[in-house]
Formats: sequence, structure tokens, C-alpha cells
Amino acid sequence: MTNLVRMTGIEKRFPGVHALKNVSFDLNSGEVHALMGENGAGKSTLMKILSGIYPKDGGELLVNGQAVEIDGPRAAQALGIGIIHQELSLMNDLTVAQNIFIGREPRKRFGRLDEVALNAGALEIFKSMNLKMNPKTIVGELTIARQQMVEIAKALSYRSRVLIMDEPTAALNDAEIAELFTIIRRLKADGVGIIYISHKMDELKQIADRVTVMRDGAYVGTVDAAETPVSKIISMMVGRELTSEAIVIPDLSNAETVLDVRGLNRGREIRDVSFSVKKGEILGFAGLMGAGRTEVARAIFGADPRDSGEIRVHGTPRSISKPSDAVRAGIGYLSEDRKHFGLATGMDVRTNVALASLDRFSSRFGVLREDAMRQTAQDYIAKLEIRTPSDRQEVRLLSGGNQQKVVIAKWLYRDCDILIFDEPTRGIDVGAKSEIYKLLKALANEGRAIIVISSELPEIMRLSHRIAVMCEGRLTGILPGGESTTQEDIMHLATLRAPSMQPEGYQQ
Amino acid sequence: MTAVNPSSSPSLVARLIETGAHQKLLAFASLVLLLIGFSIASPNFMQTSNMIAILQATSVNGVLAVAATLVIITGGIDLSVGTLMTFCAVIAGVVLTNLGMPLPLGVIAAIATGALCGLCSGTFIAKMKIPPFIATLGMMLILKGLSLVISGTRPIYFNDTPGFDLISRGSLIGDIFPALPIPNGVLILFLVAGAASYILGRTVLGRYTFALGSNEEAVRLSGVNTDFWKMSVYALAGSICGIAGILIASRLNSAQPALGLGYELEAIAAVVIGGTSLSGGRGTVLGTLIGALIMAVLTNGLRVLSVAQEWQTVVTGAIIILAVYADMVRRRKA
Repeated sequence: MTNLVRMTGIEKRFPGVHALKNVSFDLNSGEVHALMGENGAGKSTLMKILSGIYPKDGGELLVNGQAVEIDGPRAAQALGIGIIHQELSLMNDLTVAQNIFIGREPRKRFGRLDEVALNAGALEIFKSMNLKMNPKTIVGELTIARQQMVEIAKALSYRSRVLIMDEPTAALNDAEIAELFTIIRRLKADGVGIIYISHKMDELKQIADRVTVMRDGAYVGTVDAAETPVSKIISMMVGRELTSEAIVIPDLSNAETVLDVRGLNRGREIRDVSFSVKKGEILGFAGLMGAGRTEVARAIFGADPRDSGEIRVHGTPRSISKPSDAVRAGIGYLSEDRKHFGLATGMDVRTNVALASLDRFSSRFGVLREDAMRQTAQDYIAKLEIRTPSDRQEVRLLSGGNQQKVVIAKWLYRDCDILIFDEPTRGIDVGAKSEIYKLLKALANEGRAIIVISSELPEIMRLSHRIAVMCEGRLTGILPGGESTTQEDIMHLATLRAPSMQPEGYQQ
Repeated sequence: MTAVNPSSSPSLVARLIETGAHQKLLAFASLVLLLIGFSIASPNFMQTSNMIAILQATSVNGVLAVAATLVIITGGIDLSVGTLMTFCAVIAGVVLTNLGMPLPLGVIAAIATGALCGLCSGTFIAKMKIPPFIATLGMMLILKGLSLVISGTRPIYFNDTPGFDLISRGSLIGDIFPALPIPNGVLILFLVAGAASYILGRTVLGRYTFALGSNEEAVRLSGVNTDFWKMSVYALAGSICGIAGILIASRLNSAQPALGLGYELEAIAAVVIGGTSLSGGRGTVLGTLIGALIMAVLTNGLRVLSVAQEWQTVVTGAIIILAVYADMVRRRKA
């Protein structure tokens, strides 16, 4: 039997990254083939090649047994390949029907639109999906789940034989997931091949026929979804060797609790999260993408409002409603996106170090004392070993690791004794990573309380004295750091969904 | 514009608010309030002649505002509408007065020039990836300079082209209904607005205009040639500026090369007051027309009340801020 899609030896490089190394993948008609892997394993990149968004650098791609070059989204559509992106890509101001047929509107003469045919066409697709939806509704007014249905309808309208779904259930509740699965099963029965990217183990068991696992841009293996135990799939996903030395966990039983978070809630994103961090402790936050770790950090820092929850710093309840409150309480947040939220990249090192504390450098009339700023910046450049020609160097010209150090310097100078690091080594090369690790350990030794959020399990395991694991907004467990905890233990908690018996709307 | 479907919603009012028709209602109500207010304040205001003066004053600004609306719905901006209008007027002057060509050729030349210049802006933006603000700022200055160069900094008069002044100042409607001497300029404004409204609501080009402003990346990923359509929108807006050029030249019976700066801001103000979102994806020509009328009524009414011109500018500025603030409040509630 010829495969619907067959990809062999696919290669892809981005500047500085070998994103796909000799990856193979195939899909049969009437099958749900799940694609799994940790964040950054290369799943989305592979699918973007299949759907014509990225060109491949090497390898072979067969559709229905024919070798093809897919040089754009339109070429993919012509081959019957539809993709539903992780980030929904709909036009919120247009109606449902207008979204589905964008680029292929039924036309009358002189470029006029045939709105009647447009809406009728949409209705016809909904009927084939057994879906009730008004084609004239503005997409922006629909729930995320309904928007997802629009995306699927759009993909189907191309008469897609291959449907790629990138984390389709990320924003759906259980009832909506059931609805989606009904539609997937119907498509399957019609012979559509579905590539299903997800992190959620229980979903795979429900819907997938085969599972292919990728790791670090390489193909690991393909197994039967029903017969393979979850633990096997997890070990295929994480199978990396830990290269680091054993971590020394200090005895903190008598240490003061610096940060105590109780009953933190925020919509669907954060559900009753409680934890504490001691002086000198590094608490790691593990979890898959969308687990709510960054959301917790931002809520504690006052960057997003929270529905409920108490935050105590040194035992005193603090009302933190905006970032400046958090900074006053001694909490510093180092965003995962340094360029957008952490640094003024067009300004020099000196200014960036001083940016959170400009009041200390200004005279009574608001004039800045440059020499004091220079002195401080140079102190931190020496202390944190920031490699920069001078303190006047623009931050954007520094390497990722050194940029990160500038952000750390900014918060250290602000006297923050609680530091939250969100993906501290993202986009930083291996050598600089270990320097950042050393720095984090040194900061903990100085008696600061450190929270590290990371999607890389080896990083979490190498740094953390304790490991908090989140899944879908809930804290599913706190594990001890050190050798007794395995990657499998963490992944188990990270994929531990709430029991599906929960009544709807329970969290709200 | 959104089709209102009474069966799908419990209350028509709620539906109107949801779909942004609310902003248009708000603008329309403000216009009515202004008319009533000025009528009470001055008996000279609500005269037929004064109403016609207001409409006449709206015609050029209104046409430019329609052009600006198209561009703004794509999420872009066009700062060159004013000087492009002047440039087109000068080209019409060259063709008609200097070259002595017949009237229709002058009109076609002006509109074609507008389309071509719009296409240039569109190319800078779509192909060269220059931000719209900068690209059209550049075009604004280039066209201002070119107008002065081509005309030798002197006005070009249309005395040799009989009937040219009638394009704006004559009144076809008045010839048929003497009681309603609505100038042709106003008629042309409504024709342009109607055509633009039709294009936006009923044609492929209009659909992509909204789609581009709503989520350009999504449109591109749907296999649409976004560059082509974006350039088309700028070209269409440019040709509408060409029409405005004919209108103003006809009204003044001359092409005034020094004119044009400042018109772009008036046009953008009318668009914003009319409820079109500067971030793109949303807007209507009807709203823009109301916005342009509000500005003309304000200027006229304050003049009738003998308020100094300097104050008129202050009031206009305040109105813009109020209009956008009202929109923000509405959206925050939604």
C-alpha cells in the first residue's frame, strides 16, 4: 500500500541550529498518527515543511507515492495538505464563512463576491462535520473551541486528504475535546490521514493509531499507540543522558521561608497553586508548554491580575497588583523573552543595569549621575563576568548569555532577594549555559531565593533543590531534587491531567 | 459592514453595539447634536445656503478621507493623500492648460497619476517592507516637491478649459430640482463613497482589505498573494486622491502647487472619528463620511458663531481624542 505521505531523510537548518536531522515520517489514509516530543524536538518544524511554510534543506517528500516539492502554502493546499496551527490563524474581524474561503471566494464578474454561495458553501462543510454554526458570525466573537472548529472546516474546504493538527486541544475543555474527537473519528472514517501533535498522553491513547517520537530534531521511533505503555513513550521522549555532576542539595530545614504563595488562581491558566521557597533555595518549575508556569510567575510579579491567592514575603502578606509592587517587595522577574520584556536592547549596558533603579542615580532635580551609573555597571560587569568591550556597549550587540547577565545585574542591583528566572538559558549556547548555572548557584549560596522555570528537564534536574511540576494550570506535585528523582517521574506529573470526572466549570 | 441578523440575537441594540455599529451611531448622534446646538445658537446656521456650504466644504476632505479609510482598514496609514491630491491637480493643469488637451484626458491623467503614485507607496510598503508611516511620509514630501517643480511654483489656471470649474461648482441636481442646488462636488463625494463602500463590502479586493488588517500572516498562510492586494489597495486609494485633485482644482479653477499639507491629518481625523480602527480590520466608509461632516459642521458652526479660527482647531483636536476614547471605553467593556 502506498503511504498518503512519506518523508525520508528530512534536513532543516536555521542559523546556528540544526533543527531537523535525517527525520523520517509517514502517514496512511484513515489513520491518526501522533507526533510527540519535548518542546523544541522539531515537531512543528517538520510539519511546517510538510505544509509548505518552510522549505526543506534535504530529504525526500512523497505524496501518494509521487515525489513533490512543496514551495508554499498554496502548493500544499493543492496537494490536499491542510494544517491547523497551534496559534489559531484566523481573521477575527471577518465572519466564519469569510475566514473559511479566504483566498478562494466564490466570485461573480468584475471581482464581485458571491456572498450567498460563500455562506452556503460554509454550511455544507459544517453539515459534513455535523457541526451547528452560523456562517455569518464574526470569528472574534466565538470561543477558542469554536474557532478551532472553523480552522478545521477551513482545512477541510480544501478537500484535504492530510490534516495536520498542532496541539489542537491546548485551549479546549473536556467537553470540547470530546466534540473534536468525534469530528476526528468521522474524518478518519472518510479516509483522511491526520497528523496529531500533542503532549497529552491520555489523548493519544484515545485517538491515535501510531505514535512517532522525535527528540532534539531527530527521529527516535514509531510505535503502536494502543499497545505501547505510556512509560515507554515517555522514556523515548526524554532518553537523554544527564551529563552534569551530581547536585549538592543544601540542608534548608532551618532556613527562613522567603516566599509563600497560597491558593493562586487565574482563570483557566492557574488553578489553585500553592508553594513556598526558602532562603538559599532553588525551586525548579517543570512542565510542558502551556502548563501555566510562566503565568504563575507573571501573577506573582503582578504583571497579570490574579483572581485570588495570597503572597507572603518574609512572612508578611504583600498586596501585589503591579510589577512595581513586586519589585518593592524584593521580587525580580527575568522574562523568557529578554528582548521584549527584559532589556532595552538599543541602550547600553550601563543604562540597562541602572534601569530598574534610576531613582538612586538621580539628583533631586531628576538629573542622572552618569559617573555613579558607570561605577555600578562596571562593578557588575566584573562581578558577573559580563563580556562586553565597555559599559557603553549597546546590549543588542552582546551574546545571549551576556544579555541574560545584564538582566540579572539589573535585578541584583535592585536588591531583589527573590529572583524568578523564566527559561534563563533559552537561546544561549552550551558554554554560556553552564556559566549561567554557576551564577544561579552562587546567588542561592548568597541567600537569595531562586525560582527557575525551564522546559529543559536536564536543566531543571541540574539546578533544582526541589522540583515543582505543573500540568494545565495545576501544580501536580513537588519532587525532591537530586538523583532520586528521574525524568520519567517529572514527565509523569507533567502529563497528569485532572480527572475527567470533574464537573465543568469546577475551577472557576 | 456586518449584516444584522435579528433572529440570531436577543436584542437588536445589543447586536449593534457588538458589531461596532455603535460607534457609527455615536458619531451620527454627535453630528445631529451639533446641528441642533448650532441651530439654536445661531439663526444663520440652518440656512440652505449654509448647509450647502458645509457639504461643499466636506467634498474634498471627504473624498480624501475615503481614500485614507481604505488604507487604514489594511492596518496601514497614508500620509501622502494631501500632497498627492495637489500633484494630481498639477498634472491635470499640465495636460489641460500647458498641453491643451481635451477635458476628459485631463481627468483621466489625474486619476491615473494618483493610481500610479499609490502603487509606488504600495510597492515601498509591500515589496520593500518599509513601514507605511515612513513610506508615505517620504511620498508626501516627494510629491510636494514635484508639484512645485513641475508647476514652477506658480498656480496653473484652467481658464482655457471651458467647463472645468463646473466639475465641482456646477449642479446637475440643481438643474433638475432648482430647490436643491447641491454642487456636483458633493455628488461626486457621495458617488466615490458609494463605490468605495461597495468595493469594501462586496468585492474580493474589499474582503482582502479587511483581512489584511485583521491578520495579515493568516491571509498569507491561506495562500493569498498579500503583496499584490496590499499594493492594489494603495493604488485604489491613490486614484481616489486623483479624483480629489480634480475636485479641488475645479473648485479653485486652478492647481495650487503649494496646497496639500495638512489635508492628510484632516482626512485621518475624519476616519478616526468615524470609528475606523487605526489598528486595522475594522471600519466603514459611512462612518468616515459622518466623521468628515462632523469636522465640517464644527468648523462652519464655530465660524458662524464668530469663534476665532485658532479655537476651531483646538476644538477639532479635542473631538478626535474624545471620539477615540469613547471607542476605547466601548472595547474595554466588550
